[in-house]
Amino acid sequence: MLTIEKLRVTHRTRNGTVLAVDGVDLTLRRGETLGLVGESGCGKSTLARAVMRLTPPASGRILLDGTDVTRLRGRAAAPFTARVQMVFQDPAASLDPRYTVARAIAEPLLPTVRDAAERARRVAALMDDVGLARALADRLPHQLSGGQRQRVAIARAIAPRPDVVVLDEPVSALDVSLQAQVLNLLVDLQERHGLAYLFIGHDIGVVRHMADRVAVMYLGRIVEIGDWSDVVDEPAHPYTRALMAAAPAANPDAGRAATRTVLAGELPSPFAPPPGCAFHTRCPLAVERCRREAPALRDAADGRRVACHLAPAPSAETNPAQTNPTEANNFRPLRRLP
Amino acid sequence: MKANNPLIVVRDLSIAFAGAKAVDGLSFTVAAGEVTALVGESGSGKTVSGLSIAGLAPPEARITGRVTLAGADILGRTPRERRLAGHPAVSMVFQDPQAALNPVLTIGEQIVEAVRADGRTGARAAAARALELLDLVRIPEPGRRFSEYPHRLSGGMRQRVVIALALAASPVALVADEPTTALDVTIQAQILQLLIRLKDELGMALLLITHDLGVVAEAADRVLLMRDGRLLEDRGVRDFFDGPRHPYGRALLAARPGRRTRRGPRPRLADTSAPCLIGGEGSGAC
Ligand SMILES: Nc1ncnc2c1ncn2[C@@H]1O[C@H](COP(=O)(O)OP(=O)(O)OP(=O)(O)O)[C@@H](O)[C@H]1O
Ligand SMILES: Nc1ncnc2c1ncn2[C@@H]1O[C@H](COP(=O)(O)OP(=O)(O)O)[C@@H](O)[C@H]1O
Ligand code: SF4
Ligand SMILES: [Mg+2]
Ligand SMILES: [Mg+2]
Repeated sequence: MLTIEKLRVTHRTRNGTVLAVDGVDLTLRRGETLGLVGESGCGKSTLARAVMRLTPPASGRILLDGTDVTRLRGRAAAPFTARVQMVFQDPAASLDPRYTVARAIAEPLLPTVRDAAERARRVAALMDDVGLARALADRLPHQLSGGQRQRVAIARAIAPRPDVVVLDEPVSALDVSLQAQVLNLLVDLQERHGLAYLFIGHDIGVVRHMADRVAVMYLGRIVEIGDWSDVVDEPAHPYTRALMAAAPAANPDAGRAATRTVLAGELPSPFAPPPGCAFHTRCPLAVERCRREAPALRDAADGRRVACHLAPAPSAETNPAQTNPTEANNFRPLRRLP
Repeated sequence: MKANNPLIVVRDLSIAFAGAKAVDGLSFTVAAGEVTALVGESGSGKTVSGLSIAGLAPPEARITGRVTLAGADILGRTPRERRLAGHPAVSMVFQDPQAALNPVLTIGEQIVEAVRADGRTGARAAAARALELLDLVRIPEPGRRFSEYPHRLSGGMRQRVVIALALAASPVALVADEPTTALDVTIQAQILQLLIRLKDELGMALLLITHDLGVVAEAADRVLLMRDGRLLEDRGVRDFFDGPRHPYGRALLAARPGRRTRRGPRPRLADTSAPCLIGGEGSGAC
């Protein structure tokens, strides 16, 4: 339904130009949740803002049901704007501090629902939908809890009846109790309204719970994408493995910080990304070729796509030139205990 | 190492703000060489408890009860008063390394200042000690970082500097309030590992405040579960994850995403807001 083709987005800063999104291809299917994970600064929010058309891309296209919406502006863009909505990480910053709950939820309805009584009815229905007590209608954001504020932001996002909601770390600012409530709500709303989610998260456990498919990003590129259980529980790309291995364990028997192998180093500067495979500076499997040549995102086993020179092709026998056998041996997907 | 002699003893600690109780009759102990996790949802009273133990509670807080450190009464005394009285130090590390650092001073200047707070260390010795501290928190090229400003550092490096600052007073106990919450998973794992290694190398007690049960599973030896200012559980970490006695503790574990399997529907996350979970034992019938 939503297709992103060869999207490149740059940011100009005092220190130079950052290629924050570097040739990303993604499709979001109707009613599915696509999880997007990666370390902070890898370009997730930039991608989200480009999809929302808040940041113009340097090149590439965004298609909604086959229609190129990349450069639509003004009135021509209105029908598409309603169909793709966004919820931000920080509910406090995304809500106007002077607007009551009812007014905040009514605002996105103003262009399409002219009748005030009808609008009030829709606002009340939306509040029910996201589990906000009607008594909260006249409260201001600072009089709400973090979870309630995020419910208001979600109500605003679903008010224009979108098909796609981009969720940029929607529960990162919430503690485990509120997080559970908001995640349950998002699942319910998806079922009720057939929404497709682009779910950006840095908490692997949360993305594992929510996503149907997961895409992993490193320095502006997708390095692995596939079914959630493949990518999260049996990661193939060396970076995905490191990322999943860094996620805190579910219980003390599954892993202890004192003894675990931790991915060393930090994300390289996006102003001077390493040549070849951008991950080679931290990759335990890097070979000479990785320093020279950037791996393309290509089909690997079980329907996933992986950008790594050492990833075996789906039918390794028919294509022996791709990888050398000893390297491929190092490359068994890692199985993690749940 | 399971040294079970309590270093810090908290007895009947209560903290009130303008008559409203934030912490209500808290009693627990913290042992040297152990990681004691203080867990609970937002507003349960974790931070104000940690601040009181570190002597950093805001002046408007009304604090009662007793906190002893190696036998000495320390409640209500600031870090400076404790130092002048000859008590060992309890340092604190906060969630936001950005806010904890002074943007107009270099890393080195800030650590030197912290080292010299004892009033006994000369400039040259303090500089040497600052470099040693940067090395201790595994900052690469400490000599170069010494003369850099905080904004030049990544979030993970800043948190290492904040930890170095906390270690400047040679504390016997460290209170770390959500030290990894603002960081990425990979950096979070690095910092958590660093804190545990420092605890072992320096023989400190670590009171780790968090609402993240993953961090607890990874790092804690003991778990203190709080809600509404009260202590609901005090158990060994494996015991806690095997099944807390308190229904709220059980609900909190079931509120975490993580039980999903390849087959079958996505499990529902437990709702911990049910009023019956607020009560004590035996009220878990709903
Ligand atoms: N300076 C203050 N003045 C008034 N009330 C305060 C003050 N500091 C904390 N409180 C109140 O004390 C209670 C406990 O707060 P505390 O900061 O310890 O919670 P917490 O468990 O650390 O929560 P979080 O996980 O959100 O950090 C809350 O009700 C809070 O509003
Ligand atoms: N408004 C901006 N101006 C300049 N640089 C930016 C801006 N937004 C993001 N960047 C840079 O683009 C890169 C990707 O950032 P971002 O998309 O926010 O990553 P993520 O959401 O994955 O943490 C980073 O190097 C970041 O510093
Ligand atoms: S291409 Fe090379 S450096 Fe990149 S992930 Fe694969 S093995 Fe590692
Ligand atoms: Mg972001
Ligand atoms: Mg706190």
